[in-house]
Amino acid sequence: MSDVVDILVEREYAYGFHADLETELAPKGLDEDVVRLISAKKQEPAWLLEWRLAAFRHFLTLEEPTWPNVHHPPIDYQDMHYWAAPKPKGPAPKSLDEVDPQIRAEFDKLGISLAEQERLSGVAVDAVMDSISVATTFKAKLAEAGVIFCSFSEAVREHPELVRRYLGSVVPFRDNFFAALNSAVFSDGSFCFIPAGVQCPMELSTYFRINAAETGQFERTLIVAEEGASVSYLEGCTAPKRDENQLHAAVVELVALDDASIKYSTVQNWYPGDADGKGGIFNFVTKRGRAGNRATISWTQVETGSAITWKYPSVILQGDDSVGEFYSVAVTTHHQQADTGTKMIHIGRNTTSTILSKGISAGHAQNTYRGLVKVLRSATGARNHTRCDSLLIGPDCGAHTFPYIEVKNDTAQVEHEASTSKVSDDQLFYCRQRGLTEEDATSMIVNGFCREVFDELPMEYAVEAQALMRLTLEGAVG
Amino acid sequence: MLHIERLTASVGDKTILDGLDLDIAAGEIHAVMGPNGAGKSTLSNVLAGRDGYTTTGTVTFEGGDLLALTPEERAAKGLFLAFQHPVEIPGVGNMYFLHTALNAIRLVRGQPEIGAVDFLALAKEHMARLDMDPAFLSRSVNEGFSGGEKKRNEILQLSLLEPRLAILDETDSGLDIDALRVVGEGVERLRHPERSMLIITHHPRLLEFVRPDRVHVLQAGRIVRTGDHHLARELEAVGYGAAAAR
Ligand SMILES: Nc1ncnc2c1ncn2[C@@H]1O[C@H](COP(=O)(O)OP(=O)(O)OP(=O)(O)O)[C@@H](O)[C@H]1O
Ligand SMILES: [Mg+2]
Repeated sequence: MSDVVDILVEREYAYGFHADLETELAPKGLDEDVVRLISAKKQEPAWLLEWRLAAFRHFLTLEEPTWPNVHHPPIDYQDMHYWAAPKPKGPAPKSLDEVDPQIRAEFDKLGISLAEQERLSGVAVDAVMDSISVATTFKAKLAEAGVIFCSFSEAVREHPELVRRYLGSVVPFRDNFFAALNSAVFSDGSFCFIPAGVQCPMELSTYFRINAAETGQFERTLIVAEEGASVSYLEGCTAPKRDENQLHAAVVELVALDDASIKYSTVQNWYPGDADGKGGIFNFVTKRGRAGNRATISWTQVETGSAITWKYPSVILQGDDSVGEFYSVAVTTHHQQADTGTKMIHIGRNTTSTILSKGISAGHAQNTYRGLVKVLRSATGARNHTRCDSLLIGPDCGAHTFPYIEVKNDTAQVEHEASTSKVSDDQLFYCRQRGLTEEDATSMIVNGFCREVFDELPMEYAVEAQALMRLTLEGAVG
Repeated sequence: MLHIERLTASVGDKTILDGLDLDIAAGEIHAVMGPNGAGKSTLSNVLAGRDGYTTTGTVTFEGGDLLALTPEERAAKGLFLAFQHPVEIPGVGNMYFLHTALNAIRLVRGQPEIGAVDFLALAKEHMARLDMDPAFLSRSVNEGFSGGEKKRNEILQLSLLEPRLAILDETDSGLDIDALRVVGEGVERLRHPERSMLIITHHPRLLEFVRPDRVHVLQAGRIVRTGDHHLARELEAVGYGAAAAR
């Protein structure tokens, strides 16, 4: 077995290059002036600046949370930049062709050719580099269907009434420390609006990339599906290798009105730090959706990166008969730490939630599932089913499960199952006897363990997730 | 093909194989019988390269030192073990598993990969001969298979991977009467001048379908008696104790 541990520990991060783009940076540090500067750079309306400032003032009254099962040196919030933008070499790009070729090349290297994506896959892509949204493809086709998919900044300019109505409506800035910070200094992100009755004609996706050094990334995503609308959305993330830790504190808000459905998938592959635990992204993210009557919100996440992951994509099941789902694969190797899970808040009647969490740890990594299922008094007939499976690879890693259940209505049915297993010697030997290398065998067994979650991803990303899992588990065989 | 000389294998301070000699020439089928705990599965594990055993002695396979190779190298050289207890691999599709295994072995042998469409056709052809429902391809490897279904799945792999040396560890145990015939005939069909087989069994029934060239009695980690196929019947009649004493 020890060979397998070595394999896992030897993984290399494939996206660790960075581009020498000219970058416009705000001075390091965080105060009201920085908040004003960001808002001014983006030529925001007064109401938004006021909102940011209110969030900032509230942030100053908060302490960083200490309850997650993760450990890191204190974060110095004054020692980073809160605004970084690839310097424009002219006026803002109007179309893909006008995007700076160097930025295009950077995304090409990541395997996200915006133009190719547009042509071949029929997936509309928004790409965010550092603080700035670089391009949104496929706009015209989406516009025909009445779908708005653009950068957050553009949404503020073009659709201020929509942004104003929904911003902070699911994750108020008072929600938590990182949500307050994000609300004060968020730079860009994606905005997506599906009008009533419209099935979004294609997958929407955003790629986030941190490029500049010593920079925090604070993007904000807002997705609104009106009555009876539906959309499937995917985000992917990478960052260069750097010795210092970088902070990523995003907020994602989903609004699914009556009979709407939103499927939100994440493939998170931020730089995890090196084999000794040096560097890597601190990924502290708040994601939440609110479901109206008969609406469905489904979170699927494949989390392989980041030095520390702290996120609990949640669903507020407000409407009657609404459905919340959470499917998660979280892999930690080396010294990575993940404290992740979900919250399902049952408010409406006959609301249903499903939680399936697969945690994989190797090396010295610690993997924690933390979930809350809360059934309010109003939620007659609520049902939840939770399953948490942990897979350990090697003797030095850990898996922890903290399921919190609060039920205030006795008609509710809440079920919780948990299991912990190891990649067994029997399974490895069986596969190797059939000709697979130890590395291939491990990757196959782990992929099998994750299968039910991968099956929830859109087809093309399921393939990508398997490849990523392979890469995560791969390295030089000893 | 296979030459074993004074092979010992132990786990901790328990010696399981204790000076075992065995020779199998190309094209021959040998049966090994013996009481529970005699070391039969240990012999197959050691030959297939499972770790955890301390060994001495020599094993030569196709002219090379077998014990120096990893399990996957042995598989690529054509050694196949049908397991006494095939393991379940949840979430890994049987078809995907078989396809990957076949291509891994073909790659090492310098043969071109087989694409998914061709493989599916090939697998179905083999399954039809083994009277197996193609539905087994879309299930996870051995997961929820009945005992007999697992054994049949082993024979399916055996026939797809076309090994030089096949070791069958109690493949006939747990099979119903019809399945025993199907498996027995399936194995007999694989008889080939370039392929040898080592069949571990407790039941002479299987040997009616696959007539062995030699039958060995393995007891306390050693081959204590060798004969032709009549030996199997004799063992059944008189038991291991008496047979070994002759
Ligand atoms: N890892 C191990 N540690 C300790 N003892 C072992 C180990 N593996 C096998 N043994 C012992 O070695 C002996 C031989 O086991 P083996 O499985 O090879 O028997 P077998 O001949 O295949 O028996 P059966 O007919 O019941 O399948 C048994 O007494 C068994 O308990
Ligand atoms: Mg045995």
